[in-house]
Amino acid sequence: MDLNLSGEQQQLVDAFGALYAKESSTERVRAAEPLGHDPNLWARLKENGAVEMAVDEDSGGSGASLLDLALVAEQHGRYLGPAPLVEAQVAARLLARIGSDAARKALAPVLDGTRLVTMALHPPPAGVLPLVPAGAVCDDVIFLDGRRIALFTPDTKRQAVGNIGSLPLADLEVPASMVVLASGEGAERLFEEARREWMILMANALVGIGTRSIEIGVEYVKERKAFGVPIGTFQAVSHGLAAAVTAVEGGMLLAREAAWSAEVEPERTPELAPLAFGFNAESAREASYRSLHYHGGYGFMVEYDIQLYFRRAKAWPSQFVEPDVAFGQAAAHRLAAAAKGA
Amino acid sequence: MDFRLGEHSDAFRAEARAFLDEALTPEVKAQMEETGIHHNWDFHRKLVERGWLAPGWPVEYGGQGRDRLEVLAFAEEFQRAGAPTYGTGTTLMIANVIRLIGTEEQKKLILPRALGGEIIIVLGFTEPESGSDVAAAQARAVRDGDEWVINGQKMFTTNAQDADYVFMLTRTNPDVPKHQGLTTFLVPLKQPGVEIRAVHTLSGERTNLTFYTDVRVDDGMRIGEVDGGWEVMTVGLTFERSGAQGGESVRLLSAMEHWAATTTDEHGHPRSEDPSIRARLGRAAAENEVSTLLARRSAWVESTQGTSGVEGSMGKLFASEAITRQGADFMDMLGPDGLRSMGDPTAIEDGAAEYSFRFALGATTYGGTSEIQRTIIAQRGLGLPRSR
Repeated sequence: MDLNLSGEQQQLVDAFGALYAKESSTERVRAAEPLGHDPNLWARLKENGAVEMAVDEDSGGSGASLLDLALVAEQHGRYLGPAPLVEAQVAARLLARIGSDAARKALAPVLDGTRLVTMALHPPPAGVLPLVPAGAVCDDVIFLDGRRIALFTPDTKRQAVGNIGSLPLADLEVPASMVVLASGEGAERLFEEARREWMILMANALVGIGTRSIEIGVEYVKERKAFGVPIGTFQAVSHGLAAAVTAVEGGMLLAREAAWSAEVEPERTPELAPLAFGFNAESAREASYRSLHYHGGYGFMVEYDIQLYFRRAKAWPSQFVEPDVAFGQAAAHRLAAAAKGA
Repeated sequence: MDFRLGEHSDAFRAEARAFLDEALTPEVKAQMEETGIHHNWDFHRKLVERGWLAPGWPVEYGGQGRDRLEVLAFAEEFQRAGAPTYGTGTTLMIANVIRLIGTEEQKKLILPRALGGEIIIVLGFTEPESGSDVAAAQARAVRDGDEWVINGQKMFTTNAQDADYVFMLTRTNPDVPKHQGLTTFLVPLKQPGVEIRAVHTLSGERTNLTFYTDVRVDDGMRIGEVDGGWEVMTVGLTFERSGAQGGESVRLLSAMEHWAATTTDEHGHPRSEDPSIRARLGRAAAENEVSTLLARRSAWVESTQGTSGVEGSMGKLFASEAITRQGADFMDMLGPDGLRSMGDPTAIEDGAAEYSFRFALGATTYGGTSEIQRTIIAQRGLGLPRSR
């Protein structure tokens, strides 16, 4: 067992941490609202290889592991990055894995940074893909159309959907013509794997949101006085933060384990991905809620940063499924694995 | 990063499983259930035969010199199986204190017998008037030549009925601040003046209230300095919080998964396909993975840095709160059938849910209540001011 980051991983975290500190300050995060997309941040991320790293070397990327991406995602969450990092990385990986001519053709402009390709998490119920992550700012979208994976360029007249997390979401109408990238059972499996990777990276981003929320809360309750003492003196306050940080740290281990498992123990990933997603959705929400609440009335004010975290802790995972559904997926996998074993 | 415990740990885990398959017989389990005593001399001695009472100890003290992660893998298996290890645990905890700070005579007198499976040692910290506030202990020890005379009471002296010694926290100086007037002794239990009264708990575990009236103990059985008991306690209490976590929850979940996989609802639908049941099972699986990871992190930190900080408190807090939630949630999942008691022939999965519902109450208390753990995490982990 070794829970330390490698030297290279530490460098990666330091480099992206510095980039986000500069290009994703809370002032910049606020300035990017309500759309939630900062073109300058997105440009800096691409320049620093954030999309390229997600793709294997044979397909023209720099071949980072899912765990490396997870560590970057944690920084993304910590700084509330208003850029479509996770969906762009996952979509690029999916294109590389499909590997068909059409997919390779779609991947090339992603790698050279000229096109932003995102991924719809939900199927279209009536010809419309609902709430596509980065749907309001993407150039192309990939989605699962029955048993095939297809790509299309959404209508330029599309409207961003206003939402609690200031996410660039859009409902995208599926056009009559689109590019089929893959079809058959293999296509479904690849899409499922991509969704799983999105869950894992999102879980790690939520760890960043939770961690920073606790830090903001701790700083505040050490300073703010009531009844003549810092409010962090009161157990009613300190115990809530202690319970929340315990869940966030446990969630960090789980989220990193899920990412790590993809390469070392892939048979566990289908269980660990939804567990990490569901658990961190709840622990980030709890951490940001506790922290906001201990700000008293100030936490309710738009001016204080904690509200930025509180809204995103709920909004980011809500793009996919609620925790209970994720937990249910993990349980189904465990039950099926046990039945196979018996 | 690597989340695997390693080949040595895997091999030792496999050996532990094979041992448990053989030694943790239905008779041993039945005896635990009937008596509420989580110590079994036969089982204990079988461990001794394998050299497994203290596998992490140095070889010269009767251990096997195994590393912290091997010992954790071993402990995880014992906890998941529900083996009777309570007496083994307290004995080792105190033997370890003696190994670290005891005199040469004490080591010679106690360690070979403790590791040889001849004696067990129990804990005498808590009193009727003091639990979490351990340092408020009032049991009085007064010097009389080469001996000390002890008068007082201790609560939750689990396994005292089987034990040879109680490791007792006593008040030797009532006129100084409470932490400075404490002394610890290894007090022989099989002597006049010691009265052991059984105390029955909600989980079915039997513990004791013990009374000490003019009980005598040789000064040679004093551990640490006179009035230096608090320093000794800080050595001992650390051990109570590290170790495997969440094993009972793992056992509970596999029972509930077995129920879901093998039964159908009133409409004939498999329970395993019910979204609400799946959500409950998955939530517990997430918590169990987190409990396991927090405990492993604590062991890993110990193995790399010698001691751990708040990691042990986090693991203990999280796992005990998780089983509290799970016990209630799984009783709900079973509906009215969740009422059927462990031991009743009609019980679902031998009453695992209702048992856990009861068991959890002890888990959030012993070894420092959840409130104590949160205080430790807030102060030492988050750097918050001392609280009231």
